[in-house]
Amino acid sequence: MIAIDNLKMQFGSEEILKGISTVFEQGKTNLIIGQSGSGKSVMLKCLIGLLKPVAGTISYHNKPTDQMNLVQQRILRENIGMLFQGGALFDSMTIEENIMFPLRMFSDQSTPKMISRVNEVLNRVNLDGVNNKFPAEISGGMQKRVSIARAIVNNPKYLFCDEPNSGLDPKTATVIDNLIQRITHENDITTIVVTHDMNSVMEIGERINFLKNGILVWKGTQEDIFKTSNQDVTDFVYSSNLFKKIRDVQNKNS
Amino acid sequence: MKYLEDIGSYFLMLRRTFSGFTKGDVLRELIFKEIDDLVMSSLGIVSFIGFFVGGVITLQTALNLTDPIIPKELVAFATRQSIILEFAPTFISIIMAGKVGSFITSSIGSMRVTEQIDALEVMGVNSLNYLVFPKVIALLTYPFLIAIAMFLGIFGGLIAGVYGGFVSLDEFIRGLQEDFIPFHLVYAFVKTYVFAFILATVPAWHGYYMKGGALEVGKASTKSFVWTSVLIILANYIITQLLLS
Ligand SMILES: Nc1ncnc2c1ncn2[C@@H]1O[C@H](COP(=O)(O)OP(=O)(O)O)[C@@H](O)[C@H]1O
Ligand SMILES: [Mg+2]
Repeated sequence: MIAIDNLKMQFGSEEILKGISTVFEQGKTNLIIGQSGSGKSVMLKCLIGLLKPVAGTISYHNKPTDQMNLVQQRILRENIGMLFQGGALFDSMTIEENIMFPLRMFSDQSTPKMISRVNEVLNRVNLDGVNNKFPAEISGGMQKRVSIARAIVNNPKYLFCDEPNSGLDPKTATVIDNLIQRITHENDITTIVVTHDMNSVMEIGERINFLKNGILVWKGTQEDIFKTSNQDVTDFVYSSNLFKKIRDVQNKNS
Repeated sequence: MKYLEDIGSYFLMLRRTFSGFTKGDVLRELIFKEIDDLVMSSLGIVSFIGFFVGGVITLQTALNLTDPIIPKELVAFATRQSIILEFAPTFISIIMAGKVGSFITSSIGSMRVTEQIDALEVMGVNSLNYLVFPKVIALLTYPFLIAIAMFLGIFGGLIAGVYGGFVSLDEFIRGLQEDFIPFHLVYAFVKTYVFAFILATVPAWHGYYMKGGALEVGKASTKSFVWTSVLIILANYIITQLLLS
């Protein structure tokens, strides 16, 4: 579980996050949704410590990060997996080396042991036989899967995903979404997914946080999102033509 | 104001580069890879330029010393001095600012824009130590390139001078040995080490702190070349003033 309280972030005089409080639950896919530029990525980067917020507290399992000593911080890092928007695979390394990288850096396992772990996680993301390829040699969807494999190779307790299906076709996007959800449930991970894609909300929106201009304007579940009268949320949901049409059909039928 | 900030961030970068060390065996591997990418891969171009520019220096000197009173040995003497003092260390380093420098900026810059640097940091790797430190260490072998440029430059001069019929082999070799001051080599290699440090760190700074996308990577490489050469030339002036005057 991750809790944030009154999180504020600004660049220069520009306020990006204006005091956000929420809780991300363990064993659930927690979504942060909102339009481009609403501050989703900045919020994620604050959570994982890539950016230092100007105010507010972030607590992992009730332990505020600013009260952690160096050892606790290091242990926390090892328990964090992150899936970046573009995959962020190291292009100078093969798929196998990419996934092995966190193990090589922070454990003293023997190479055969690491390789068998690599194959294990590759198997979990349904990829085989790509060990010796380079990231540029595989498709975008495969890169995302390798990225997930790298993020979970250390069995993290927390998984962060920034727009996991941007740049993917709808079918592959759904596969990636479901993969993230499955891993979340099976490993009882606290997963946070940033997205602006309504399809992801439909697929994996167990808990939803709606962000607008740096303010958390709505919180709820998948079921709630179609019932809410919050104008910002309905604007977002029905900005997609498909959902608009479905709503119209439903209205006609009832 | 902006410049002061940049200088400050450069020195902060250096501090982080030399702390928070990456695991030893990983680091060793990276250093060997950088020696290959930065130094070994430049061997061809440095040899080529060294040889031919050495030849041209000799040609120019010979063609311009037409007065029969001036001894022919002077051609070799002038070639040796210009190659050891300036051409090999400074001129080659400016070319390396274009080759090695823009390679460093674009490779680190593209890691920045594709969030590979963020990925390193999230994993708890000190990205500056991981990316920049191996380059600094690899460029400790840079004087090897300069030594080759010196040797081939003088050799190119000898070929051009002797086979061009401007000076006999005997005269040329006598000229090379004339008034040789060993401290000049010390001076040249001190310079070379300073340039090597600039070559590793200034382009790295331009890549590491860049913002934007693929287009900006290109712009950053150009800017990095300009600043690296400017700093090499300034450092050259200061070191010469300190060591030779
Ligand atoms: N490092 C930064 N420096 C300055 N401004 C930034 C930085 N990162 C993000 N921003 C600004 O913060 C705002 C929110 O960005 P972001 O969180 O990336 O949006 P999104 O919700 O699309 O992920 C944008 O206006 C962006 O320009
Ligand atoms: Mg974003």
